Amino acid sequence: MSAPLLQLLGISRRFGGVAALDGLDLDLPQGGITALVGPNGAGKTTCFSIIAGALSPTSGQVKFAGETITGLPPESVCRRGIARTFQVVRPMRDLSVLENAMIGAFGWTRHVATARLAAADALAMVGLTAKANAAVGHLTLPDRKMLELARALSTRPRLLLLDEVMAGLRPTEADAVVAVLRRLAAGGLTILLVEHVMRIVMQAATRVVVLHHGALIADGTPAQVVQDPRVIESYLGASPTDPP
Amino acid sequence: MQVDRRLGWIAGAALFAGCAIAAPWLDGFTMSLLTLVFLFAWFGQASNLAMGFTGQLSLGHALFAGLGGYAVVIITTRYGLSPWFGLLIGMPIAAAAGAAIGWLAFRFGVRDVYFALLAIAVAEMMRVIFSNWNFVGGTGGIFLPALSPTNEPLRTLRGGALFYYAAALFLATAGTALLAWLRGARIGYLWRALRDDEAAARALGVRAPLHKILACAISAAMTALGGALYAHLNGVIFPDSMMGMALSIQIIIGPILGGLGTVFGPLVGALVVVPLGEISGTLGQSLGISGMNSIGYGLALILLIGLLPGGLWPAIVAGVQSLWRRR
Repeated sequence: MSAPLLQLLGISRRFGGVAALDGLDLDLPQGGITALVGPNGAGKTTCFSIIAGALSPTSGQVKFAGETITGLPPESVCRRGIARTFQVVRPMRDLSVLENAMIGAFGWTRHVATARLAAADALAMVGLTAKANAAVGHLTLPDRKMLELARALSTRPRLLLLDEVMAGLRPTEADAVVAVLRRLAAGGLTILLVEHVMRIVMQAATRVVVLHHGALIADGTPAQVVQDPRVIESYLGASPTDPP
Repeated sequence: MQVDRRLGWIAGAALFAGCAIAAPWLDGFTMSLLTLVFLFAWFGQASNLAMGFTGQLSLGHALFAGLGGYAVVIITTRYGLSPWFGLLIGMPIAAAAGAAIGWLAFRFGVRDVYFALLAIAVAEMMRVIFSNWNFVGGTGGIFLPALSPTNEPLRTLRGGALFYYAAALFLATAGTALLAWLRGARIGYLWRALRDDEAAARALGVRAPLHKILACAISAAMTALGGALYAHLNGVIFPDSMMGMALSIQIIIGPILGGLGTVFGPLVGALVVVPLGEISGTLGQSLGISGMNSIGYGLALILLIGLLPGGLWPAIVAGVQSLWRRR
């Protein structure tokens, strides 16, 4: 097997006296959809921020495609092929939907026309083509989430970090997004997603890693992980003997 | 957006062409007033680039105007060299000063209102230094020598009212065209993305330090060019008038009133602010109240920000759009 695309080596991050992440090790091979789950405060978003360069780890290393990227600023991390979405959507309010999606493309092209085409492709992938010229202020929350995804895609990432991109969506909408993610993964994109809705995790993920108090407590297929007594105790919140 | 574009281009082209054609028929007062309007439209576009496009509120733009003005005046009066050479020195110096402030701000995370304070601090510091520096004339400033009868305006960059009118009109046109082009250019998109949400833009690969510093430098160089023309127009340069807070405020008030981040806002703002300053200044003089023009600016700012927080130009566009739809 080839070397992992992303490697977290002993990542710790302290906020004052609190350890948000405590010696986290994680390997992400090329391809597939991995779900990162865990209770609130487990360190999921901190983990994303550290991979994306928005936060520096207190200790530990992040390696991407064999290169150490710890401590690089977010724009450099993105330009190496890691794109992220934010849990709270952050559209640029004075740019149109299409223009929002163009920004990411400017990392790899200097031409406005090329960026526009790439943005249109990204919007088509998430089903926002009809709203390309709308003001972002007029988008519904699900549409904003999809714009967040389209913007990340237009950077042409090798690794996509999705922070609760399906939260607040209706089940049918979430299913549509899962289908999009599956298609992307089939095309060779590696996806790491944080998600709370277990139904979506079970449906979308090929692998699930569970974070609790800043450390991994489980790692396996969705079916394996939901059977894990430690996961059930700390996250799923029921004992295995409980009736379903 | 479409109407915004079309209306802007038609109105802009008509205004600039009209002002060029009308020149021979303008009386002295109107011409000098319009000269200032165009000059401040250029200054306004420079600060619009930093403030409106990139979100860096600079309250110290007089520093760059002063650097440009002093460079040209010193090169021509002390060394007898061409003012073009002075621009060649002054604009890069101002750009470097702008880049230095931009770098400092980025390096130490100074933003928004604190960025404005940093810019004021640097500008005031330079004003005090220039006031106490004999080489640049100290507080007494430098007076330009009388024009020779054989003066060639394009060689000396000095001339009569018509020369300054034409030069200012050229700058206002060029500045507006430049910002219109930048708005749809790659760097314009990156600047606006940084302004709207820096963290999100960086996560999308936008090199924040590079582009923010670049915006500061370009804006500063543009302001330096305007400052050189302003010094020549005044025939004299003092630290207080060319590097003081009053000029910094005069520079930014036009784009704020006209509409930050828009292409035509600074022009519309200058058309309101410059006559307003002149009228309230004259009124103040006849009443014996000094500083009346500052009161005029203040009142206009309070009124307009209260009524039209987005600025005059967006309000005009919205008005025309609603008329359009009613037809």
